Amino acid sequence: MKNLADQIGYSQKVMEHFMNPHNVGVIENPDGYGKVGNPVCGDLMEIFIKVRDDVIEDIRFRTFGCGSAIATSSMVTDLARGKTLDEAMKITRDDVATELEGLPPRKMHCSNLAADALHAAIEDYREKQKKG
Amino acid sequence: MEDRIYLDHAAAMPVRPEVLSFGRQFPDGFAGNPSTLYREGLLAQEAVSGAREKVAALIGASAAESIVFCSGATEANNIAVRGAALRNKKSGKHVVASAIEHISVLNPAKDLQKTGFSLTLAPVDRYGTIDLDALGTAVTPETVVTSVHYANNEIGTIEPIREAAEIVHDRGGLLHVDAADAAGRMPIDVERDGIDLLTLSGNQLGGLQGTGALYIRPGVRVQPVLVGGGQERGLRPGTENVVGIACMGEAARLAKEEMPGESRRLAAIRDRLISGVTSVEEAYLTGHPTERLPHHASFRFSRIEGESIQLAMDMLGIAVATGSACTSRTLEASHVLLAIGLAHEEAHGSMVATLGRGNSVDQVPRIVGAVEETVKRLRAITPL
Repeated sequence: MKNLADQIGYSQKVMEHFMNPHNVGVIENPDGYGKVGNPVCGDLMEIFIKVRDDVIEDIRFRTFGCGSAIATSSMVTDLARGKTLDEAMKITRDDVATELEGLPPRKMHCSNLAADALHAAIEDYREKQKKG
Repeated sequence: MEDRIYLDHAAAMPVRPEVLSFGRQFPDGFAGNPSTLYREGLLAQEAVSGAREKVAALIGASAAESIVFCSGATEANNIAVRGAALRNKKSGKHVVASAIEHISVLNPAKDLQKTGFSLTLAPVDRYGTIDLDALGTAVTPETVVTSVHYANNEIGTIEPIREAAEIVHDRGGLLHVDAADAAGRMPIDVERDGIDLLTLSGNQLGGLQGTGALYIRPGVRVQPVLVGGGQERGLRPGTENVVGIACMGEAARLAKEEMPGESRRLAAIRDRLISGVTSVEEAYLTGHPTERLPHHASFRFSRIEGESIQLAMDMLGIAVATGSACTSRTLEASHVLLAIGLAHEEAHGSMVATLGRGNSVDQVPRIVGAVEETVKRLRAITPL
């Protein structure tokens, strides 16, 4: 029998990440912090990173939103962990969707903000470094 | 698979087995067109007129001819709003609807604006009850049709129809009432309530999808929305959906007969469910606490989002609805939840449970447990 996930068009992978998201939580005194979205629109996510020698050593997220908002947040933290900042900046929304075995077309824009939150966290870290 | 619990009867009702067997009464090879004069046609004609009597009886209409069968509540709402407004435009080019009407009332009302009508939306209070003072101001002698539903399908609130009817009739207009969700669940008497046009859904009574009816008080003039042959007094041209109509009639008869007991049974489940779910932290009832449909329990949860709630509940074997923007085709927040004064972020966290025959009070602990688990899990992720 088909379930609601099939109906919406969520893959098995999306549902795995929705039901058991990876890297949930906050990092106290993070090296970088990014926040995107708006609860008024129904999606809000924040990402915390810990950086050592230009590599993302630890990464955590918190998300308010629909199934795909939660799944993309979880996936982007998996993809970014252990990557250099330059590599992590190259992770795109499409990469996240591809790794999740696709997202329903109408979710591609509104609920696929996780890569943006990651980039915002990296930019925040770089800003802080500049200021020294 | 664990037994599923279906709590979205507002979206679709299971067709009642008694209704299906009634639909099978037609002999094999039955091909009657009610407009024909030979024997097969007569059988079809009898089936349709029998159904008309039964539907009329459900809503207290003394003339069976006041019932026009059509394809469902959306079509009935369109014929009522558009058809009555256009037919009576000499009396004025203004229509009024409550702000929380179903989209199949609001959209034809908005569409009338293209043909020179103006539209006023009458506000509701935080429970979704229409503001009768505001209605009194909105409805003027120029208002030809005013639409106030019997009860709302997202928040369950029952409206003060008799009071609305007085206001509308004082100003010489017609009152249209969408009773798709209320009919069969509470006693409706179109004559006592002063209703000029009333929308019914066949499926919401336990009949087939794709069936519905519009009650038109004798003497009220309505013009067709579809044009074609003369079936259903010309208001619903095209060969009748004979089996569907017969089933709707039988569903109406059963609903009338069983309503007192069944509505009491559902209300008892509803009340347990409401008390269980609202004991969850930051969970609130939406809609009226007492003036609500017997099968309807609706909630909102702070700091979490409705599609996630619906998805997580589905994984736990329970089908619920949500007014979240993320599940709507338009990706817009529910106009009903915004109209009762919720902020967008509050409207995103809604969950609606509508009960039916398959539900029992024994299911309540499992439902409440699933809500607790879902809310706890999503709150652990939320940044709000």
